[in-house]
Parts: sequence; C-alpha cells; structure tokens
Amino acid sequence: MTVGLTPDRAEASAGGAEPLSARALADAVRRGERRASEVVEEHLAAIEAVDGELGCFLTVTADGARRRAAEIDAEVAAGRDPGPLAGVPVAVKDNLCTTGVATTCASRILEGWRPPYDATVVARLAEAGAVMVGKTNLDEFAMGSSTENSAFGPTRNPHDPSRVPGGSSGGSAAAVAAGLAPLALGSDTGGSIRQPAALCGVVGMKPTYGTVSRYGLIAFASSLDQVGPVARSVADAAALFDVIAGHDPRDSTSLVDVPPACGPAVGAGVQGLRVGLVTELTDAQGVDADVRSRVAEAADALAVAGATVDSVSIPELRFALPAYYLLAPAEASSNLSRYDGVRYGLRVDGDDVADMNARTRAAGFGPEVKRRILLGTYALSAGYYDAYYAQAQRVRTVIIQAFARAYERFDVLLAATTPGTAFRLGEKIDDPLAMYLSDVCTIPTNLAGHPAISVPFGTDSAGLPVGVQILAPALGEPVMVAAAAVLERAAPSTPVPRVAAPTLATAGMPAVGGAR
Amino acid sequence: MPARITREETAHVARLARLDLTDDELDRYAPQLAGVLDHAAQVAAVDTAATPPTAHPFPLRNVLRADVPVPSLDRQVVLAEAPAVEDGRFRVPRIIGEAP
Amino acid sequence: MSAPAGWEAVIGLEVHCELRTATKLFCGCRNEFGAEPNTHVCPVCLGLPGSLPVLSTAAVELAMRIGLALHCEVRPSVFHRKNYFYPDMPKDYQVSQYDEPINVAGYLDLPDGSRVGVERAHIEEDTGKTSHVGDTGRIHGAGYALVDYNRAGVPLVEIVSEPGITSATQARLYASELRAILVASGASDGRMEEGSMRVDANVSVRRVGDLELGTRCEVKNLNSLRSLSRAVDHEIGRQVAIVEGGGRVEQQTRHWDEDRGCTVTLRSKEEAYDYRYFPEPDLVPLAPDAAWVEDVRSSLGPMPADRRRAVVALFGAGGASDARADQVATVVELGLDHLVVAAAGAGIEPALALARTANEAAADAAAAREVDPAAYTALLQMEQRQELSATQAKAVLAELVTGGGAPVEIARRMGFEALAAGSLAEVVAAVVAEHPGEWERFCGGEAKLAGFFTGHVMRRTEGKANGKAVAAELAKLQG
Repeated sequence: MTVGLTPDRAEASAGGAEPLSARALADAVRRGERRASEVVEEHLAAIEAVDGELGCFLTVTADGARRRAAEIDAEVAAGRDPGPLAGVPVAVKDNLCTTGVATTCASRILEGWRPPYDATVVARLAEAGAVMVGKTNLDEFAMGSSTENSAFGPTRNPHDPSRVPGGSSGGSAAAVAAGLAPLALGSDTGGSIRQPAALCGVVGMKPTYGTVSRYGLIAFASSLDQVGPVARSVADAAALFDVIAGHDPRDSTSLVDVPPACGPAVGAGVQGLRVGLVTELTDAQGVDADVRSRVAEAADALAVAGATVDSVSIPELRFALPAYYLLAPAEASSNLSRYDGVRYGLRVDGDDVADMNARTRAAGFGPEVKRRILLGTYALSAGYYDAYYAQAQRVRTVIIQAFARAYERFDVLLAATTPGTAFRLGEKIDDPLAMYLSDVCTIPTNLAGHPAISVPFGTDSAGLPVGVQILAPALGEPVMVAAAAVLERAAPSTPVPRVAAPTLATAGMPAVGGAR
Repeated sequence: MPARITREETAHVARLARLDLTDDELDRYAPQLAGVLDHAAQVAAVDTAATPPTAHPFPLRNVLRADVPVPSLDRQVVLAEAPAVEDGRFRVPRIIGEAP
Repeated sequence: MSAPAGWEAVIGLEVHCELRTATKLFCGCRNEFGAEPNTHVCPVCLGLPGSLPVLSTAAVELAMRIGLALHCEVRPSVFHRKNYFYPDMPKDYQVSQYDEPINVAGYLDLPDGSRVGVERAHIEEDTGKTSHVGDTGRIHGAGYALVDYNRAGVPLVEIVSEPGITSATQARLYASELRAILVASGASDGRMEEGSMRVDANVSVRRVGDLELGTRCEVKNLNSLRSLSRAVDHEIGRQVAIVEGGGRVEQQTRHWDEDRGCTVTLRSKEEAYDYRYFPEPDLVPLAPDAAWVEDVRSSLGPMPADRRRAVVALFGAGGASDARADQVATVVELGLDHLVVAAAGAGIEPALALARTANEAAADAAAAREVDPAAYTALLQMEQRQELSATQAKAVLAELVTGGGAPVEIARRMGFEALAAGSLAEVVAAVVAEHPGEWERFCGGEAKLAGFFTGHVMRRTEGKANGKAVAAELAKLQG
C-alpha cells in the first residue's frame, strides 16, 4: 500500500484528541493540566450514577483506583512520567486475574475468588499509568453473545436497556459506550470483543493470536482466546493495544515478533489499499438488510478514500461456525475441569470426592457452560474424536489456507461484524443455535488467529448501532487500524446512548468518531 | 457421521464431565446438543483427506524456560482460598478408588 | 523364578522416573522432596485459573539423555492433555505425551546378555500426594483425604518396555539396569523408596507355543526391586493357576501387598477409561534440532553396559570369570568402576582392584565415588607390594574413603607404615640370628617352622607385620 495522508494531516482530520478520549486524558494528566484523582472521581461518580441501570460492573474497585490515581498525581508532581495511559480509567473484564480483587468469570463457581497474581495485561496497564476502576460483567466463562449468561445478572445495552449489549465482553463494551470508562479490556474467542462493540456502538479489536499475553486470562478455548481493547475511537483502541501487546515469556503461545506500534498507523489512510468485501460475511447467513447497507456504504467510503474495493468469495468460511462449535467447547471442557471444589471457589459437599466434584460443578456452572462442557466432552470422547474434533481441526487448516489465498489479492478484508443489531433480552436465550449464529461473521478470524476490528458505522432503521469489521492477516494490525480509522471518520454519527455518564451526554458530541 | 446424541449418551458424557445433572436438565440438554451437533456435523462435508489438522494458529516450536527456581506462593494465601484445609493441606471427602 | 513348565510369561514394565531438575516441569517452583506441604506451589502447578505452563529446558534435556542412553530415536513431540478427575491433579488433566513422544524405539542390554526393547520414553507431569485419613477409602465410613501439591508438576519420564520380558528375574534385572542408566545419565537419583523411580508391571501368561497373548493384568505398588520380582512371580503363578483351573484371567489393575505377599484387585479394566486426549493448546510442539540432540549425546558418559565391558576387558582375552560378574555389576551400578579401571591401568592386578572395590569401597559407595583415583591406586600398590597386609589395606581403605588423604600418611598414622620401608627385613634377620637351630631345621625343609619365625616377628612388631611379607623375607634369607 502507499500512504495517502501524512500523519499530521491524518491526526488533524481524525480530530483524535476529543476531550473525553483516553489519549487526551492521559496527555492532560502527564502535562499536569488535569489530576488523575479528578479524572478517576468523575468516572467513579458516573458508574455510581448509571451502572445500577446497566449492570456493567461486577466489582467497582473505587478504593484501589483512588489510591492508584493519587500515586500517579504524586509521580507527575515529582516530575516523573507515569506512562502513556497516565490516569486513564480502565474497566477490566472479569475473566482477567487481578491480585486480591475478586475475579469471578461471572460464575458462581468462582464467586469471591481472589487471585494471588495479576494477569500480564493487567500488570502492563498499571505500568502504563492506567487506573483500573472495576471488573466488568460477561457471559459466564466468556461463553455467550449477550452477557445474559452471567450468574450475577445481565448487562443492558446503553442505547436501549431492554436490549442486550452483546457478549461475552458485554460489560466492557457497555461501560465504554456509556462513558463509565474511556477504555476497557475484553477477550475474544469467537467474537466476544467485536460483537458487543458493534452492538454498543464502540470500537473493539481482536489482536493477532499471540500478540497479547494470555497469562492471567481465565481460559475458555486456549487456541482461540485473545485479549484486546474496547474504546470509543480507533486511536484509543490502538493506544491501548500498543500498551498491552508484547512478548510474554509466561505464555508459551506468545509471539516473539509483535506488530509495530499501531498508534502511528491510525492516520495512515487507505490510498492504494486493496480491500476485499467478503461475500460470505456480508450477504449470506441471515445478515440484516440494514447491516448489509452499512457495509456497502463502508466499502464506498474506503473507495472514496483511495482504496480499491472488490468483492471476494471465500466459500470455506461457511464451515467456520460448525468447526468452532466443536473446537471451542472441546478445549473448554478440559479447561473447566479444574473447577472441582478442591482448591478454590465453590464446594458443595458430597459422599465422596467424586460426588462432591459433580455436585459442585452442577451447582456452580450455569446452563450455557454446562451445555458447552457436555458438547466438548462429547466431541473429544472415544469414537467421536476423529469425526468431530480432528475433522474440525482439519477444517481449521482449510480456513487458514482460504484466508491465505484471499490475502494474496487483498491487504485487508471488509465484513459485517454481526448479522443483526442488539436484540432484546431473553430473545435468544433458549435457542443456543440462534445465539451461536450471532458470531458467524467474527469466528473465522479466531480460527485463523488473525486480527480484526469492529468500527461503528451508522445505525439500523431503529437507531441501533451497526458495526463493520476490518480483517487483516497475521500481524497486520497497523494497516487494519489505518483502514478502521478511515471508516470511523467517514461513518454517520452514532447517537449518544440513552443511558450514559453525564459527561458523555453533555459533551454534545457523538460517542464515536471525530469532526464531520 | 455419528448418529444423533441420545439422552443416555448425554448422561454418560455428564458423568465423564463430573456434572450431576437433574432429569430435567438431561431432557432439556439432549435435544439442544443434538441440534448444535447436527449443525457442527457440517464439517464432515469438507474434503480434508490431504489436509493436516491445525492445533495452533502459528507454527511455534521449542518454547522453553531456564531451569531457575522462582519463589513459590505463600501457603497462607493459597490455603485461604480453599473450601477446607487441615494440616497445611487441602481437605477433601474420602476418595473411592485410585485414579483411572 | 521362571514360569511353570509348559507356560511362558509375557511381561512389560512401565517405569516412571522423576527427573533431577531444579524446578518443576512447567513452572519455577522447586523440585524438591520432603518440604512442608504446599510450600512449593504457584499459580501454574496449582492449576489456578488463568495460569499457563512453560516447559523447562532441563527436563527436556534429561528426557533426551534417558532416550539416548536407551538407544532411542529422539523425535519431534507434542504434549497432550489426558483428562480425568482426581484430587491430586490440580487441573484435572495431566499434561503428557501421547501419540508423539520424544523418545521411541530403543532397547536395553541386560548384564545377562539379553536385550529388552524400549517402546517409548515420554515426558509428563507428576501428580500431588493424597493421604487418606480415617477409613481406607474402600469402604463406607467417615474418612477423608488431605492433598499436598508439592509434587504436582514435577517432571517425569515414563519408560515403557516392550512386552519382551519373560521372567521375574529378568524383570528385576531390567529394572535394576534401567535404574543404573537413569543414575549414570544424571537424569534421576533412582530412589525407589522415595518414589523417584516407580515401576508398574504388565503381566500375562500363555502356553508355550501359543501365539496369541493372554489377558494382562497391571500390577502396581512395587516399591523395591525385591517387590517387583516377588510380585511378578506371584502374578504369573496366580494367572497360570486360574487358566489351569479352567478359568479366565480378567483384565485388572492389581495392587502388590508386600506384607501378605500377594496381589489384590484394585479395579476391573473391562471398560477402558475415556481420557479424551487432545493436543495441549497451551504448549507448542517440541522439535529438538540435530545439533541439540548431538550436543546431549556427546555429553553422555559411558552407560553401564559399556562400563561393565570395560571392566571385564581388564581381565584380558578370557574376560572375567562368571564368579566375578556380580562384582563387575556391583562396581558399575555403584559408580565405582572408574577406580578399578584406574588402578588396573597403573599395574594393579585386576582381580585385586575389583575385589577391593566391590567389597570394601562399596560399603560406603557415596563417599568412595569422591575418592581420588590416584590415591586409591597408591593404596592398592602398597598392598600389592605387600607393604600392607590385606587387613591393613582394608583398614587404610576405610580411612581413605571416609577422610581422604595420602594412603602412605594414613598407614603411618595407623602405625602400619613403620614396616613398609625395609625395616621388616631387619626384624626378620634379627629373629633368624637369635634362633640359629630353628633356622637350620627350617632351611632343612621343616616348612611349618615358618609359623614360628612369623610369630616372633609379629610379637616384635606388635602385629603390624604382613604375614606374606614375612614369608617372602624368610624365603629371601634362605637364598
């Protein structure tokens, strides 16, 4: 690709430093213009004011946040730089371990568990000067697409509290959308960052597998899980990614080579970029007409900005969802064996240890987790392994090869993030297959280990946010972010959420994007 | 492609997974699993005769660590999270039989 | 100790060996026996949510050492998860190598000249330790169990023999030879009592001439080589009795009861447990390159079989007699063979060097391994030159092993040295001069008078003289 815009012009046209952006807050704190304590208090107050209605947080770490903010202010006063995210409140999905702070995975089985260690990403946030304000709600063990599978109650969509925020990182997406934190961490196994980001009208990014450490991320499906940022702008997401990405010797699957910093790529533009519009992830499999229209408009926007856009069919992607629903539950069934009532978490007593295990697990896991454990156990069991698990692994290879062929012709791919917009609470809860179909557009990249980002791009006819997705090959985050930023600038404005922090509501500006 | 999962197989799998399911749960999950598996069975349609399986997205090899001790956790902290403890150890109900 | 007439036993051994690394297989906790319960634990080896394993280089190298010492092919390997619930296993799955193990297709040569094939030697993690409190866990009651995870995650290599062992004697020989190899390769301390080497035996019987294998039983709880051979013998007898009585052997896991001297049923294995193996997604494949394998191979010292051959070769073309085979095996097993080889190289009679090493030095093998071979050789030279009697040499040897130092000094300190440097000749000459009559008779052929002169020399030297040396002096004076 050739770079169409100089970084300076790009930054100006991105209007990247809107007052509530994470970068603007950090800059203000680093320059001593704002105190971290004041920024944190504002956000704690917002949480206090609106989270009763939304249920984004399972734990609010107000005391810890205040202490940390005071430390950061002291550092600034002493002339030291607390780091690129100085004083920025961050919400952390509750499947990331935090020392001494309850980490539940929204499950009864881990209720009250206090890890003795920090996830690597949590430690990296702290080193960058960020302030954790709380732990966000999720579908139990990140299994779900609506955050209704939380043992502690659902999270609601700030744009319409009768609707789901998506999932499983629904708490993180809703918190960012509602202005309760400028940044949040989520995790994405089959779309769990991008799908809720789309439904809540924020930016969600799934990095290349292995670029962000999984150490301290409570495993769902180890070969698919990846931690990533949720933010209100592409530039903020890139800034958070730059902080959390990097090799971690504690994660054997961590890549030694990580992509170059994404922050500088935000303004690079798309001049000459070859964009493939993926038919299977746009037109097929029950994608709503409104969503299809927004994706088509996004394609036009990229073309206007200088990209070459062509349709591409990758028929193999049709098999991603079925393969995923064998691979992910299989890994999960094994990953979740350790919740046996012996060392931590819930115990329900029994006649003997096996009985105790079985009762504990029956009482501690919710229905969706049980379903996936059963499914995964079955897929791995003798007699079915070859037909199910091994075949799904081969299909995974087929999908990787299909992507590789597509990336010979295209630099990035464009797709819908979700087939539809936010659905109503309870609408799909009793139909697992319908729920699983919410992830049909996001799952292929998880199987390939590739990065993808969802950017808000207008609304459906009911005014609910629509997300479009940019997919890139492994380690293609910079070009992916550049394309996403172009879409963000071209996007129709997204409405301010109905339930939101007063600061966000009175800022009189769209929740997303910059000047138009 | 294997036949549809039955209620009995669901019960068997639940035992393997140490899940003490009620009859109601078995009645509910068996058809749900069958539905998902019917969908998942589409993978059989892909010709993979010449395709190796993928366990990892990237072909990393030999990720190793030096044999250097690092401090262990404080036992108090470890045992504080346990449902039952005795004598510095985790207490569990009696164990019937040896490991399989 | 072989199968009853008309029957043959088919035996395969599975040996688990704890590796002598500083840390556990997948984390930096210490690999150390005997610590306070649950003090060598961390998020990884406790299986805490979110933790991830990272493989230890040292464990891989020791596994390769074992494989190479057993003439295995070292291959690219993959870790799998073996899923089953048990409270001593923190993750409720064991990380192990399944269908792609690191070492395959080796063999082990036994001192009796037989060769047993080694199917595989793979890496896996150990479990924690459960102690049953109250009832035994087999009957209903109020019992419970306590779990210590210090051992959880300790690196193991499981060495699986081919089912090519045919008797309890051979089984014992295999285990003892394997132990010597594990120790010699530096991979393990081979202590069966502490559980750092654990042996399970798969035993089946068939009538001589039958091609089909009988149903096998796995015998566990073999805590010593003696238990192993007793248990295998008992199991062969039990199975033969069942079949001769018209019954059928059931596939079972059986437990060796050392006190009662029999095996008892642990569980029936009619339905194989479904472990749901799948590739461990938290680890990546292991593929040692040729350079690494060669590095490890070249750092391996000679193995016990080579070392036994080297000792036997000291005895020349005919080799050591069968009577000495046990001594050869002993010095090699105890890691003292280098002393024999060094002494023989300096001109000591191989038989003397072997006997002193296998009998005396072996009494404190650990200390004897530290002895300076030059000092050891010097001592044997003093004995061979008859400057020291056998009894004296043994006394000096004991001192040398426990305290070290120069044998000449030790001998002097013990009062042996006075006679060592020619003074014996003077004493003998003096005694002869004092008893001319006896001397004449002795020279006239009355050989038993040698005792008379020796007695006098002994009295004069307070028993420090070497009897053989006195006889030699007398012979010299006779001309």
